[in-house]
Amino acid sequence: MGILEVKGVNKRFGGLQALGDVNLSVKENTVHAIIGPNGAGKSTLLNCLVGKLIPDSGSVMFDGQSVLGRKPHEINQMGISRVFQTPEIFADLTVLENVMIPCFAKRDGAFRMHAIESTRHEGDIIAQAKAILSDVSMLEKSEMIASSLSRGDKRRLEMAMCLVQEPRLLLLDEPTAGMARADTNNTIELLKEIKAKRDITMCIIEHDMHVVFSLAERITVLAQGTPLVEETPENIKGHPKVREAYLGEAQV
Amino acid sequence: MLGLTSRDFTLFAIVCALTLLAPIILNPFPTGSALGASFNAGYPALMQRFAIFGILVVGFNILFGLTGYLSFGHAAFLGVGSYAAVWMFKLLSYNIVPAIVLSIIVAGLFSVVIGYVSLRRSGIYFSILTLAFAQMCYALAYSVFTPLTNGETGLQVYTSDPQVLMSPGDPVVPHLFGLQMNTAEVVRVGPWTWTFEVGYYLCAIMLIAAFYLSIRIFRSPFGMMLRAIKSNQTRMNYTGLNSRPYTLAAFIISGMYAGLAGGLLAAMDPLTGAERMYWTASGEIVVMAILGGVGTLIGPVVGSGIIKYLENIVSKINENILHQWFAALPDGLENVLIGVVHPFVGEGWHLTLGLLFMVVVIFLPGGLVEGGQRVGAMFSRKSRNASGVEADAAAQNPNTPAE
Repeated sequence: MGILEVKGVNKRFGGLQALGDVNLSVKENTVHAIIGPNGAGKSTLLNCLVGKLIPDSGSVMFDGQSVLGRKPHEINQMGISRVFQTPEIFADLTVLENVMIPCFAKRDGAFRMHAIESTRHEGDIIAQAKAILSDVSMLEKSEMIASSLSRGDKRRLEMAMCLVQEPRLLLLDEPTAGMARADTNNTIELLKEIKAKRDITMCIIEHDMHVVFSLAERITVLAQGTPLVEETPENIKGHPKVREAYLGEAQV
Repeated sequence: MLGLTSRDFTLFAIVCALTLLAPIILNPFPTGSALGASFNAGYPALMQRFAIFGILVVGFNILFGLTGYLSFGHAAFLGVGSYAAVWMFKLLSYNIVPAIVLSIIVAGLFSVVIGYVSLRRSGIYFSILTLAFAQMCYALAYSVFTPLTNGETGLQVYTSDPQVLMSPGDPVVPHLFGLQMNTAEVVRVGPWTWTFEVGYYLCAIMLIAAFYLSIRIFRSPFGMMLRAIKSNQTRMNYTGLNSRPYTLAAFIISGMYAGLAGGLLAAMDPLTGAERMYWTASGEIVVMAILGGVGTLIGPVVGSGIIKYLENIVSKINENILHQWFAALPDGLENVLIGVVHPFVGEGWHLTLGLLFMVVVIFLPGGLVEGGQRVGAMFSRKSRNASGVEADAAAQNPNTPAE
């Protein structure tokens, strides 16, 4: 039984069957990659996991509880964090504030009216935020406004914001999209460090095979809304079905 | 001090000093002089407006400045606050305490309803919804609810009203447990005359309290969440935070500020009418906030002060006064100068306001506060060049929103 169990999920947009009978099981404390050509339904699947889309049928269970019908903030409070394709951060706030906000969300829940207390007196929260910033080596940038960070730093900041909540499942939507090779390698190193330091399950959607094969322990290949194979990285390379999905019909 | 950082405390102390000494500061010219007659603003009726509209815009800024939700119907809360206060005068007595308490509560209830519906949308749709609600309130107050609002005549207190708590001999003007609002102490020092009025000081103390509360909200985790909503609502939701109750709480707080302002307006002058809720009144609040500096602490006070000054002082400068000013010049030149200046003063004060507003929006998007900061930065740069490290205090705290 995996921490995340997707069973028989279907999603249709008008005449397009975006997801057809998707089954997926992600084991706890593993890195699971979902790959597939453009339009395979990877992002649709991810959106179904975080409450942005509701599947037409099927079930999505996280740690024994259904996530379907819950709002994104409720799903986050269950222990699922998400990193976006383009980093979603609080661009007008400082780096430190960016990380403090998830700490408040973790401690106080989805809403708390703490309007009179001063943020300066939240010693624990500030310490927590600084610890995670030093983990992603951004501590010296903590007073910068987030919008002035480089793209790579924005990505690191977004990861720090997710990690500080100590999620049980981290979903990453193309974490290296549009990055230069050096940045990509840095991200891979960062994710490896994170994985080594704590118990965390990661589910990565990625185009870049270099990233996938550096990180993933299990790989699911999705094509035209349906999972083709689920295998270890060694067995995926050169798998005939995968070649077919990426390169079109098998050539004679 | 008072739970504020030293920077915030300085700002708070400056606002306290300015409001408490306003009767002196706003009368810089000797009474009776030509300049004094034209530019002195230190008379109670105007100072009350400075303070009351200051409260209104400080509250508006908690919503618009922090969350970015532009309410275009805030005057509705001011209006219902005033109606609630006048009804307390009619039913109970002229004591202002129940009047002001009820005006805050009623405005709060209205903002729960209007906010709950309007906050289902954001951006321009939110603004339009609030505008529609406010215009609905205006239209209802003007006609349908005449028994409650006295329609176009406006609501006022009559001697035939119940006033059940009133005993014979009680003052027949608004009072605070017997202390009448229009009691004034007039002090003459040399050629200057200063009027210290109870009503103004009540408004001033309320403004100081409202301003203090707004600093605390700005610096609280709640305030940080509101700024996060303005910055990125998607990330907010995927961080496990429900943005809806946060925006609703901000909306209600700012509605209650407006209710307090409405109650104070009625306490200064116990009558009110539907025109207080008209959409231009809501627009004026928005202009005040933007002119002063949205999202800054002091901006709303500056913005409301400047607009009320233009509205009451510059609008009174007529052609005769201009003739007096330029009397020393040769006739031809005098007429040319008057021709140039005249469209901008008197009834043309809207032109001055419009130009000022355009200049601010184009060159100082952070409002007049940003202008002040730029000037301040110019000076501190000069002094740093001269003496070294003094200006580092400014660099230490770059994460606090500008005052």
